[in-house]
Amino acid sequence: MSAGAWRSTRNAAVLIVGLLIAWQLLYAIAGQAALAPPLATLRYTAALLATEGFRGHLSESMRAFGAALTIAVASGLLIGFWLGFHKLAGEVCEPILVALYSIPKITLYPILLLAFGLGMSAKVAFGALHGIIPVALFTINAVRNVKPILIKTGRVHGLRPTEMVRIVLFPAALPEIFTGLRVGFSLTLIGTLGEMFAAQRGLGYLLMTAIGLHNVELIMAVTLILFMFAAAVSSVLLAVDRRLHANA
Amino acid sequence: MTRIGLYRALMIAAAVLLLEGLCLSGMIDRLTMPPPHRILLDLATILVSGSQNAAILKTLTNASIALALALVLGVVGAVALHGHLSAREILEPLFATYYAVPIFAFYPLLIVLMGLGDAPQIGIGFMLGVVAVIVNTLNGLDRVPRVLRKTARIQRLGMVEIALTVTLPCAAPYVLTGVKFAVAYSLIGVIGAEFIMSRGGMGYEISFAYTNFDNATMYPLILLILAVSIAINAALSRWEKVLLGRRGQ
Repeated sequence: MSAGAWRSTRNAAVLIVGLLIAWQLLYAIAGQAALAPPLATLRYTAALLATEGFRGHLSESMRAFGAALTIAVASGLLIGFWLGFHKLAGEVCEPILVALYSIPKITLYPILLLAFGLGMSAKVAFGALHGIIPVALFTINAVRNVKPILIKTGRVHGLRPTEMVRIVLFPAALPEIFTGLRVGFSLTLIGTLGEMFAAQRGLGYLLMTAIGLHNVELIMAVTLILFMFAAAVSSVLLAVDRRLHANA
Repeated sequence: MTRIGLYRALMIAAAVLLLEGLCLSGMIDRLTMPPPHRILLDLATILVSGSQNAAILKTLTNASIALALALVLGVVGAVALHGHLSAREILEPLFATYYAVPIFAFYPLLIVLMGLGDAPQIGIGFMLGVVAVIVNTLNGLDRVPRVLRKTARIQRLGMVEIALTVTLPCAAPYVLTGVKFAVAYSLIGVIGAEFIMSRGGMGYEISFAYTNFDNATMYPLILLILAVSIAINAALSRWEKVLLGRRGQ
């Protein structure tokens, strides 16, 4: 194992042990009514993962997340490339995107529910709404920062717009775009879990029912599952992100 | 107004007009969304009658407290962390995944710990905002030129003095980026928590109006929140530009 890999493994171990200790300590302070201890939660989570009912909620959320992420990435990239490449359109629209990025989107959830109805499409829309803008904003900047000489060379070769994107812009802007995808992933996940506020199925719904019933073990287990999933995928994306930036 | 600004204003006006047209023609039915001019009139009625003033005040106060806590503790935390490379390396993955975790899942925990008053909502707003402040402040501190730190040391300044008079002012534009995120996050945290479970506030009123199909209350309140957050954000962005401009960037 190389020194760097050893170091990051050790760091991860320290972080996980530290979090577990903090968790156990918090349990000691707050007691049974507020949260379950780590070991009991792990056991409960393992049992939960095996139940039929849970798998239904999980697959519902995963399908919503998958669809939302696909929409967010595809439209984010499309908007980003277009606005990044056309100077005027970019200058006109970017501040609008930045303003939209900063609004508390959670307030829009009731509107989406009215527009899409209670169900899958509202979740997908809410998730995608969170993801599109960061992907677009990062892509705009990535495309703008591509060295002009690369674009000029592309023009000299008479590339068509699609070829320009595929052969020149995308590879050159990839590291920055990937950072956008990483942020987009996180936000889309949060957005999809907007199902916490109103839904009939899914992990967010399960979490809300658990909150309503004050089922502490279930709350902790679902939170743990979401945390592990987010942490695992983010770590992988972060590692790829670092490698891309190091090569650039 | 510049040409770009004019195009932008025209674009936004066109979007609002389109919405207005869709609503008036019945393509978007009235139960889904009232036309934009109606929302504005309803908002004026609500503000003039003062029927929602208590809720508005409660939410904005709680969000401000959450923001202030996130700012103070975030900046102090970042300054403390900046000197300790190993501690930072360990926490980095946590920061990177933090915003992918649904912080609202901790809301019931906070309710049990703090009771169903304002405290758990402030807690959620704080938890959402603080990491953005830490991450952006660290980013700014990383960019402080080494010569400034050396000069400070030559002047025999203490740790706190260095932070207050040298490094933080130098990192100000980046800290400000963190502040912008924290403004949005503290509002999201407080309003989201009010949606889930609370006894008042704009989030509570919006969800109450939603369950009662009371669009005349719901839409104006949503519009108000959006307008407040966009206004704060625009003001901070302008300030950020001024700060960066002074440095010739």
